[in-house]
Amino acid sequence: MHKHQGMHHQERCRTQKSKTKLVLAGNPNVGKSVFFNSLTGIYVDVSNFPGTTVDISTGTYDKYMVIDTPGVYGVSSFNDEENVAKDSILNADVILNVVDAVHLERDLFLTQQIIDMGKPMVIALNMMDEVERMGMYIDIEKLSGLLGVPVIAASAVKGIGIEEIKKKLLSGGSVGKRIPEIQSLISEVLSFVNSDGEALMLLEEDESIQNQYHLRKKYNYRENLYNIRRKHVNTVANQVVSRSETKGSALDTLGNMLLKPITGIPLLITLLFILYKLIGEVIAQHIVDITEGIIMGTYYYNFVIQLSSRIFDLNTFFGALLFGEFGIFTMVPIYILGLLLPLVIGFYLFMSILEDSGILPRIAVLVDRLLNFIGLNGRAVIPIILGFGCVTMAIMTTRILGSRRERIIATMLLSVAVPCSAQLGVIIGIAATLSPQLTLIYVFTIFIVFVILGTLLNILLPGQSSELMIDIPPVRIPQARNILKKTAAKSKMFLYEAGPLFLLGGILITIMQYTNMLVVISNWFSPITVNFLQLPLETTNTFIMGIIRRDFGAAGLNTMVAQGLLSTSQVVVALVVITLFVPCIASIMVIFKERRISDALLIWINSFIIAFGIGGLVSHILI
Amino acid sequence: MTLNKINKGQEFKIESIMEKSIREQAIRLGIFEGIIVKCSHKLPCGPIILKTGLQEIAIGRKLAKKIIVSI
Repeated sequence: MHKHQGMHHQERCRTQKSKTKLVLAGNPNVGKSVFFNSLTGIYVDVSNFPGTTVDISTGTYDKYMVIDTPGVYGVSSFNDEENVAKDSILNADVILNVVDAVHLERDLFLTQQIIDMGKPMVIALNMMDEVERMGMYIDIEKLSGLLGVPVIAASAVKGIGIEEIKKKLLSGGSVGKRIPEIQSLISEVLSFVNSDGEALMLLEEDESIQNQYHLRKKYNYRENLYNIRRKHVNTVANQVVSRSETKGSALDTLGNMLLKPITGIPLLITLLFILYKLIGEVIAQHIVDITEGIIMGTYYYNFVIQLSSRIFDLNTFFGALLFGEFGIFTMVPIYILGLLLPLVIGFYLFMSILEDSGILPRIAVLVDRLLNFIGLNGRAVIPIILGFGCVTMAIMTTRILGSRRERIIATMLLSVAVPCSAQLGVIIGIAATLSPQLTLIYVFTIFIVFVILGTLLNILLPGQSSELMIDIPPVRIPQARNILKKTAAKSKMFLYEAGPLFLLGGILITIMQYTNMLVVISNWFSPITVNFLQLPLETTNTFIMGIIRRDFGAAGLNTMVAQGLLSTSQVVVALVVITLFVPCIASIMVIFKERRISDALLIWINSFIIAFGIGGLVSHILI
Repeated sequence: MTLNKINKGQEFKIESIMEKSIREQAIRLGIFEGIIVKCSHKLPCGPIILKTGLQEIAIGRKLAKKIIVSI
């Protein structure tokens, strides 16, 4: 599956082959990036790991090529992040293992696993300032002695310990003390593979290593070795950590409040309100007005049209394809850069803050039970919240969900019952012209569809959804630099992944328009629109436009409402249909890219049926 | 008894975790058969939060039914 090596990656490997590889490894949220930044300075190269969407940063420090890896709890391949981390660690010459001193027991599992792989290592024992504050004491010399590798106390955000770590790295680190039982097992299989690290992976049932050496299912020591290692490191931790009970800080109190529904739900509602204010008002209205309306829509558009009209006849097919209403150089960049990018950045910024502060896992816990009803677990809050920003972006994020079943449910809900921000803005505008009762009917209909659809899918889809088991990190003040880096990396990923799909969408629509297919489809739909939904014939156009861009549809409807072509009940019906109607063409393409073709078709066709079915139902009740 | 019967504040021992893949992932987070942990939070009908040292792990309610514990 991951055969296609990115050009970028290959080139980088070739030019840097002579350098020694220093890999940063550690559990999630232990402050690895801060060490990475202080080692490499500002010249950092962030790129996608070949075959995945996982970002990997590389830079240089002295004789080293420094590679940052995603945070993982162990070296294995439970998901994409772990695969990337595993490959980097297997190829490393030296490891800088960043350990969260507050969670020593948890983190030492990964540490000992890398030691068992026989890699030379230096440990940065981070968050030592918190250790003191919490009344803990860690015997660092003893820890270093037990593990057999240098351990340096650090507080990366305060810059403590960095110089000493740099010095220790230059001397190359040390190969630690392996667990004897594991070491003897490794020597038994070493002749089959290329390194101690691969030998350990083979013993621990790692699929890619098993396949690589055609030794499938020959060794099944994973659980056994995990147990041995866990007991070993817990003994180590018990020998070096002593605690005295202390009162928690204000941040701990906040963390606890989020885990109790009585205080957590009001806090969650407050957070969502802030999100709505930030994204729905500040970004979707004011910032997008500037980026889409002025910068891209006026200056850029005029510039491109003036330039192109000298060379091209804009009325030909190619003119339309490149510079027309849905053109490659007109609609596509204006839409992606002017409208979506500010929204996507805003959403990722908000999510990164929630993630790094430790609030997001608590929200996942808080809503876990509710999401269970629709066959999802707490982790699914991430794509659902992102869906209100951009459904395309959210569908890409469903990768984090634990099973195919959950990915189908989430994709279906996102493409049917979650309006994206581009559409939401226009919908809110139209809803403002309705009476409160009718607005309520609209909101209630969408909500009911969301719940019933999720519940039905949960009942109908075979198999089991995965269940929540997550680490709850302490609530911490997030690091601005980290947040910005994360947001930048994710926004860049969005552009790379969704950009080509928007491009393809623009081309398809231009072809459909040029060949008059839009009119044909429009006529084909009219019996449904006029007879079943009881709406004026022109409404069909807004539905078709909705396929191109969700907000096009909403905006078209807005014009019709302004012209007084619809009764208020008809407005509600049209709003319901346009909200539930197929996602925009880029989301459809992401669905086809991310899901199996059969699943994607199922999702796509059902979204049509649901939109018109529910719309018809509302129509016959109201009109 | 199973983990879902545990009340907030109780200390107990994890006796067995029924699924292999859950067992393996739990070990990495610090939860294994034989460890003594405390229930630091229990959401109504929702996840149960286990605490070992300063480490907290949230476990979904249905999953909790598959984990056997003893007080």
